[in-house]
Amino acid sequence: MRILHYWRAMAGIVGRELLRFLHQRERFVSALVRPLVWLFVFAAGFRAALGVAISPPYETYVLYEVYITPGLLGMILLFNGMQSSLSMVYDREMGSMRMLMVCPLPRWFLLCSKLIAGTAVGVLQCYAFLGIAWLYDIQAPLMGYGWILPALVLAGMMLGALGLLLSSFIKQLENFAGVMNFVIFPLFFMSTALYPLWKIKESSPLLYNLAQYNPFSQAVELIRFALYEQFNQQALIYTGAAFLLFMGAAILGYNPSRGMMVKKGG
Amino acid sequence: MSEIALKVSDLSFAYGAKKALDGVGLAVASGECTILLGPNGAGKSTLFSLITRLYDARQGRIELCGFDIKRQSLQALAKLGVVFQQTTLDPDLSVSQNLRYHAALHGIGRKAADARIREELERLQMYERRGEKVRQLNGGHKRRVEIARALLHKPKLLLLDEPTVGLDMPSRRAIVDHVHQLVKQQNLAVLWATHLIDEIADDDSLIVLHKGRVEAGGKLSDVLRDTACADAGQVFQKLTQDPPGVAT
Repeated sequence: MRILHYWRAMAGIVGRELLRFLHQRERFVSALVRPLVWLFVFAAGFRAALGVAISPPYETYVLYEVYITPGLLGMILLFNGMQSSLSMVYDREMGSMRMLMVCPLPRWFLLCSKLIAGTAVGVLQCYAFLGIAWLYDIQAPLMGYGWILPALVLAGMMLGALGLLLSSFIKQLENFAGVMNFVIFPLFFMSTALYPLWKIKESSPLLYNLAQYNPFSQAVELIRFALYEQFNQQALIYTGAAFLLFMGAAILGYNPSRGMMVKKGG
Repeated sequence: MSEIALKVSDLSFAYGAKKALDGVGLAVASGECTILLGPNGAGKSTLFSLITRLYDARQGRIELCGFDIKRQSLQALAKLGVVFQQTTLDPDLSVSQNLRYHAALHGIGRKAADARIREELERLQMYERRGEKVRQLNGGHKRRVEIARALLHKPKLLLLDEPTVGLDMPSRRAIVDHVHQLVKQQNLAVLWATHLIDEIADDDSLIVLHKGRVEAGGKLSDVLRDTACADAGQVFQKLTQDPPGVAT
């Protein structure tokens, strides 16, 4: 019976998130517009400026648009993860988070369910983006679109857990804008989403090191390799470890007696 | 002898150096509506946060139907229904969708959930509006839906945190009457935080909380006798010593 309760609760949380997502069409559109602008405008403009040499998983020279597509998938997941945590801060201020926390299930389970729900939305957005990119002639091997699913899920979970962790620290919604600037931009720009590591190394060894150990880079590489039916073990381990670390800290942050909840009051 | 649904003993809590609750003790029995009266800042919200386990108290004990909220939190929370001060319904979803979500969180299957949703909404004359988006409902109707939601999993204790704030008189009256009816018909235990004196019925119990301490507690008639006051308004004035400004 207990397992059935867990299952129903998780289905309820994921279902609610998907319903909310379907009802907020502007959220869906804006989630797609951002990476599409990067793809159509930024990448097209930089195509000439940035040549991308052959490096795994690519077996030939690729257009810059092709190179940044996995990075833009990472961007979708990153924004989605942060937006989910933004909604957690909002939910907490508005009280619906309390509604969730007061139901008779362990908090770690509720947080994991919330995370899975957010990730499901992110993965949907990614596939919609890939569909449009396909029409724009950015086409990966067909099997790659299946391979990419577990990579998107893990990357989404890792970035969502980071957002969850941040949301446990943030007292008010207003503080969130600052965190977005201090988290999203550094994570995104100091990564392999826009330029390959060797290119970064040429310009700055420090930036190269930062980008290499940036968990967002590893998530993007995991996606990049999966899209071309390849398995990047290092990226998988790194992304998985980052997920466990962020998730553990977030659960601690939401613990009623130990974490930030006590300090925040309310 | 009625069953004790909520027992709070020697509960203290502080935000940093500021003490919000100081040695609070109270009990709420089944079939009893207990009004928790206190001015702003008295500690009502803190007490509710501790009972709903938003955070844990370092000192004191809270039991829900005999289950310790810290050690047996899942069993304890299963007995609890809550209506928070702010609306916690999702405005973009329909009444039914909101209620089904709550039922899922409590592990109630779809069929059973639909039956209970019907039962609770019909009791509040809201069943016909189940398909409407919450955004389209007025404040009073939203509150009704929240009460229906809090009762879906058949809790033993219902916590209401100033549920009538911002409502007009007829809506307030309807909610007050409905909750008192539930107490009688379903043997529900209710703890109702408010600062509106006119929400207290003659056979209610009363707890006056002021600056984190329980200043008086018991059946309304007993409290009136002990404090030599004519009504709850006077009790409130006398025990909290606040200037007039309490809505009645």
